[in-house]
Amino acid sequence: MATVTLTQLRKCYGATTAIHGVDCAIADGEFIVIVGPSGCGKSTLLRMIAGLEAVTSGEIRIGDRIVNNIEPKDRDIAMVFQNYALYPHMTVFANMAYGLRLRGFESEDIRSRVDQAAQILQLGGLLERKPGQLSGGQRQRVAMGRAIVREPQVFLFDEPLSNLDARLRVAMRVEIKQLQRRLGTTSIYVTHDQVEAMTLADRLVVLEGGIVQQIGAPIDLYERPATQFVAGFIGSPAMNFLPATGVEGGAVELAGGLRIPLGRAVPAGAALTLGIRPEHVAAGPEAGAAIPLAVELVELLGADSIVHGRLPAGAPLQLRLPGIAALATGTKLPIALPIGALHLFEHASGRRV
Amino acid sequence: MTGRSGTLAWVAHLVLLIGIAITGFPIYVCFVASTLTTADIMQAPMPLLPGGHLVENYGRALTEGTASTTGVPVARFLLNSLIMALVIAAGKIAISLLSAYAIVFFRFPGRMICFWAIFLTLMLPIEVRIVPTFQVVADLGLIDSYLGLTLPLIASATATLLFRQFFLTLPDELVEAARLDGAGPWHFLKDVVMPLSATNLAALFVILFVFGWNQYLWPLLITNTASMTTIVIGIKAMIGGGDAPTPWSLVMATAMLAMLPPVAVVVLMQRWFVKGLVDSEK
Repeated sequence: MATVTLTQLRKCYGATTAIHGVDCAIADGEFIVIVGPSGCGKSTLLRMIAGLEAVTSGEIRIGDRIVNNIEPKDRDIAMVFQNYALYPHMTVFANMAYGLRLRGFESEDIRSRVDQAAQILQLGGLLERKPGQLSGGQRQRVAMGRAIVREPQVFLFDEPLSNLDARLRVAMRVEIKQLQRRLGTTSIYVTHDQVEAMTLADRLVVLEGGIVQQIGAPIDLYERPATQFVAGFIGSPAMNFLPATGVEGGAVELAGGLRIPLGRAVPAGAALTLGIRPEHVAAGPEAGAAIPLAVELVELLGADSIVHGRLPAGAPLQLRLPGIAALATGTKLPIALPIGALHLFEHASGRRV
Repeated sequence: MTGRSGTLAWVAHLVLLIGIAITGFPIYVCFVASTLTTADIMQAPMPLLPGGHLVENYGRALTEGTASTTGVPVARFLLNSLIMALVIAAGKIAISLLSAYAIVFFRFPGRMICFWAIFLTLMLPIEVRIVPTFQVVADLGLIDSYLGLTLPLIASATATLLFRQFFLTLPDELVEAARLDGAGPWHFLKDVVMPLSATNLAALFVILFVFGWNQYLWPLLITNTASMTTIVIGIKAMIGGGDAPTPWSLVMATAMLAMLPPVAVVVLMQRWFVKGLVDSEK
C-alpha cells in the first residue's frame, strides 16, 4: 500500500497534448475514480501511472519512489483491463499464477495465494477451466484475481465493468468496492460512467480535454461543482443550464425577462449560466411556484418521473418529480427555482461564481 | 450447406467422385504396378489387379536400389529427403516466427523497411535466383551436403507474413498484461505467443514439410553423388535412359514410398492442420 502523487504530469503526442499538467495526491488506501467523457485522456493518465505510456514531463511517485523511468513490472502495481486480457490458453489458475511464477515465487506460496484469491472471489471450482469456458462476470473476477494475488501497492482499473451487462455491472461494482475496503489497497479506477464513479469513489477526479476540472468527494462535486462541465457530468438526469444575465439587487434575468432572485450580489450585466438539477426544481402551487412550465413529455420511471418542459421564453427544462406524475402534454405546471439549489457559472469560462 | 435440393446434392457428389477418380486412378495404377514384375507391366494392356510381388519389389527397392542409382538403396534417398524436409520445415518456422515477432512487437528504426524487404522477396522464387544462389553455395563448398541442400530454402517470406498477420490479431492488452506480469520478450514469446500459435505452427509445418519433400530443381543442382540424392531425384535417376532397361516395378515401388511420408504427416497432423487453417482461436 502506498500513496500516489502526480506532479505537473503532461503527455504530448507530437503537437497534440493529451494531458495538460495534472496534479493529484492520492492517499494510502484511497479509492480514486478518474471520470470523464471518451477521449478526455483518462485512460492515457492511467496507462502513464502503469508505465505503459511514456511521461512527456512531470513526475509520478508511488510511495517515495519516482517511477517515471521504472518498468511497469517493477512499479509494484497491478492492472485490470477493460477486456480482461486473460491468457486464453492458460487455465484460471495459471492466469493468476503467471505473474508470481515469473517473479520466482515458491510453488507452495503461489498455490496458497491463488487459493486465497479464488476464495475471496468465489472462483473455487473454476481454477482448472480456461477463460473461454467462463462467463463475462467470471472472467472479470479472474482478471481481478490476477491483480490481487500479487498483493501490489496500487490497483489500476481501466473501465473494468464496461463489457458486462447492466445487472452484472451493478453487482460487480458492489464487489469491487467491498474488495477494496477489505484489502485496503490504494486504487485508481477509470470510467466514463458517472454512476459507477459516484458510487465507488472516495474521491473523484473529473477530467476533460486532458485538464483536471475538479477533484473531490462525490457528494462535494454534486453539491458544489467547480465548473459547468462538472455540474453537467455528475448527476443524472443532467443539470439544467439556462443562459442568464446579472442584474442589480442580487438576481439574474433569464431570457424573456424572467427574474430569478439569488439572495446574493452578482455583477450587473455579466453573462452567466444558471444551473439547477432536475431533482431540485420545486413544482406545484404549495411550493410557492409561480413560473409556468409548458409540459412536453413525461418519462415515467416508476419511483419517479422526469418531466420535460419549456419555460415561457422557450428554454427547455427538466425536472424530477417523485412517484408517477400524470401530466398531459401542454399542461402548464407551476414551478419554482429555490435559491439554495441554484448554481451559477460564468458563461465564458464555465467557472463557478 | 442448407436448403440444397436432392438433384444438386447428386450433381455435387458426382463431381466429387469424378475428381477423386481422376486423382486416385493413377495412384492405384502405380500401386498395382509396384506389385507386379517389370515384364507384367510391359504387357499391353497392363493388368489392373495387384500381383504377388509386393514384398519382393519393395524389399529390393529399399535395400538394393537399381543399377542406374549405382546401387544406392531407396532407404538412403528416403532418409535424405526426410532430413531435408524436416530441416527446411523447422528452419523456416524458426526464422519466420522470430522475424514476424520482431516486426510486430518491437519498435526499432527501419522496422517497416525490414518488413517490406521481406515482403519483396516473395516476388523472387527459388527458380529466379537459382544461378547466383548456386554460385554462393558452390563457393562455400556446400555442394553435396545437407547444409547446402537446406540452407538456401529456409528463408520464407510467406511464413513470415502468415505469422505477422496472426500476431497482429493478438490484442495489445494481452501484451500489456504480460508486461505488467513481468514477462520479458523471451517469456512472452515462449509462454504466450507460441502456445497461442500452436495450431498455426502445426498447419505451417505440414505445408512446409510437403514443400521441402517435393523439392526437385534445387536438389537436382546441388547433389552430384547418388548417396546425397533425395527420393524425388532418385525416381528420376531410376528411369534410366541408356543401356539398362528401366526396372518399372521398382520405380513404381519407389514412387509409392516417396508418397508415404507426406501423406503420413498430413494424416497424423490433420486435426491440428485443419484447426490451424480454419479457426483463429482468439
